[in-house]
Amino acid sequence: MKYALAFIGIIAGTLLTIAMMLSWERPPMASNQIGPRGVGMVEINNPRMEAKLQKANVAPEADPPAEVSGVKAKDNEEWKNIQVLGELDVNEFNRLMGAITTWVAPEQGCLYCHKADDQGNVNWADDSLYTKVVARRMLQMTREINTKWTSHVEQTGVTCYTCHRGNPVPANIWFKNEGSPQAAGMASSRQGQNLASKVVGTTSLTYDPFTPLLAKDANIRVNATTALPEGTTNASIHDTETTFALMMHFSTALGVNCTYCHNSRQFASWAESRPQRVTAWHGIRMVSEVNETYITSLQEVFPKNRLGPLGDVAKVNCATCHQGVYKPLYGAAMVKDYEELRQPNP
Amino acid sequence: MAMLSFEKKYRVRGGTLIGGDLFDFWVGPFYVGFFGVLTMLFATLGTALIIYAASQGPTWNIWQINIAPPDLKYGLALAPLKEGGFWQIITICATGAFVSWALREVEICRKLGIGYHVPVAFGFAILAYVTLVIIRPLLLGAWGHGFPYGIISHLDWVSNVGYQYLHFHYNPAHMIAVSLFFTTTLALALHGGLVLSATNPPKGQAVKTPEHEDTFFRDTIGYSIGTLGIHRLGFFLAIAAVFWSAICIVISGPFWTRGWPEWWNWWLDLPIWS
Repeated sequence: MKYALAFIGIIAGTLLTIAMMLSWERPPMASNQIGPRGVGMVEINNPRMEAKLQKANVAPEADPPAEVSGVKAKDNEEWKNIQVLGELDVNEFNRLMGAITTWVAPEQGCLYCHKADDQGNVNWADDSLYTKVVARRMLQMTREINTKWTSHVEQTGVTCYTCHRGNPVPANIWFKNEGSPQAAGMASSRQGQNLASKVVGTTSLTYDPFTPLLAKDANIRVNATTALPEGTTNASIHDTETTFALMMHFSTALGVNCTYCHNSRQFASWAESRPQRVTAWHGIRMVSEVNETYITSLQEVFPKNRLGPLGDVAKVNCATCHQGVYKPLYGAAMVKDYEELRQPNP
Repeated sequence: MAMLSFEKKYRVRGGTLIGGDLFDFWVGPFYVGFFGVLTMLFATLGTALIIYAASQGPTWNIWQINIAPPDLKYGLALAPLKEGGFWQIITICATGAFVSWALREVEICRKLGIGYHVPVAFGFAILAYVTLVIIRPLLLGAWGHGFPYGIISHLDWVSNVGYQYLHFHYNPAHMIAVSLFFTTTLALALHGGLVLSATNPPKGQAVKTPEHEDTFFRDTIGYSIGTLGIHRLGFFLAIAAVFWSAICIVISGPFWTRGWPEWWNWWLDLPIWS
């Protein structure tokens, strides 16, 4: 018995040690100085992991430009119910539809959004599939982002592919999360934390920082701006951990660390922060508007199986576009080949 | 400084590692030796360079004086003096002075015929410093990864380097090191308290013995580590704390570039529950 326990212990210990050792990295590393010398404003990246990430984030090649036929989509008499893209030349229209299919539903094809009858005849104008209604709204959203949010997306812009990457539902989305059911009594509340969560970098910080902090006019900035507690902020520890959780999400979503935007000497100080923090500031507002105006407006459109456990629609956060890279697709400017996605919404 | 009556007995010749009899003498209470001379040289040159480098900086404010390592672009080469070269030479002087001091301790141990426990313990402190300014920069390929010499500036460095791994408290070696540091203070407080309690009985009573001390802990927690054992424990806790601190920083960067919380995925991904 004595030896059996020791034996089991040694085996378990060995297995755990092996599990613990598998993910380590090794030099040489690539490092990049992003601030004055000696203050630790440095990025250290593993070039081997970086190479893999680059491979996984390549923008598809653009289709060749369409020949202009001279007929606008809205003027084509056989085409009906064209609400957003009517100003496009019919050939451009078809080119865009083909691109959207490869970006969003490459396996499902046209019929993912367009309804066909039993004989296989497609009624292109029919809006009875929810996916078509969603796609239309998403086109408006894309145009809004590319024209009104250049403070965040600049001239790079976004296309359907930025988020979808060939998936009908983007891989990185979020729902309201109340956590798993809890025991009663003193342990009845986790305060929304203390569970390792992938969306916040597998920390045990608040596992749904999005609902409170990506809402419009949310107060993310809870850091005191003075060295001593002088009442510049009345945030609770829980508030600060929720902000920390959101920042963890930013970091893992972009594959960067805190010093990519902040000088941790004083997180609150804009003067000591890097300009990337300004881009992120606009990004937060962009995400909040996209969720509020475009995504949530589809609440009634989505079928139940597309909604979250609390019945809310899938929403976007930083990871939806960035997918682990500081600039989605390493800054590949796809939208320049699809200028129709950079037109203001009528 | 007068020599204590019994001190002369211990001032014996020999035991030196280098230099034979040449530096085998005392200045006042201090043993000199070859490494004493070396320590003096390194310490004086290093301190002078710190003062000179500080004079080339913008401030004499003791908190804000900052002697920074070179930019990363210099890699492992020498940098111009005012662009990190001072830091490099000061680092050489500091390491030289620390190591010489440890070897001087060794020589004293040899004279007295005692173990090398003190220089070994100090060696761990040196290891921690050397890990920060030499080993880790070597592994990362640039002296610029060392920490700056300045009271506030080195704290800024610690903060930023910590946040590069998102949440440094998830660093497993940092966890062990912090636990050991706290345990060190706990053990020291218990030991200090126990000795003082035994040597401070109520007025009129005799000072108590180690038997009393042992009995106190046997009564309290069922076990006493003993008079010699507590020093073994203290020695172990203290040097292990320093050792794991060195580990926790040398793995940050050279052997792990992601957030430390992510390291724990090995646990979350164990096939038992994932």
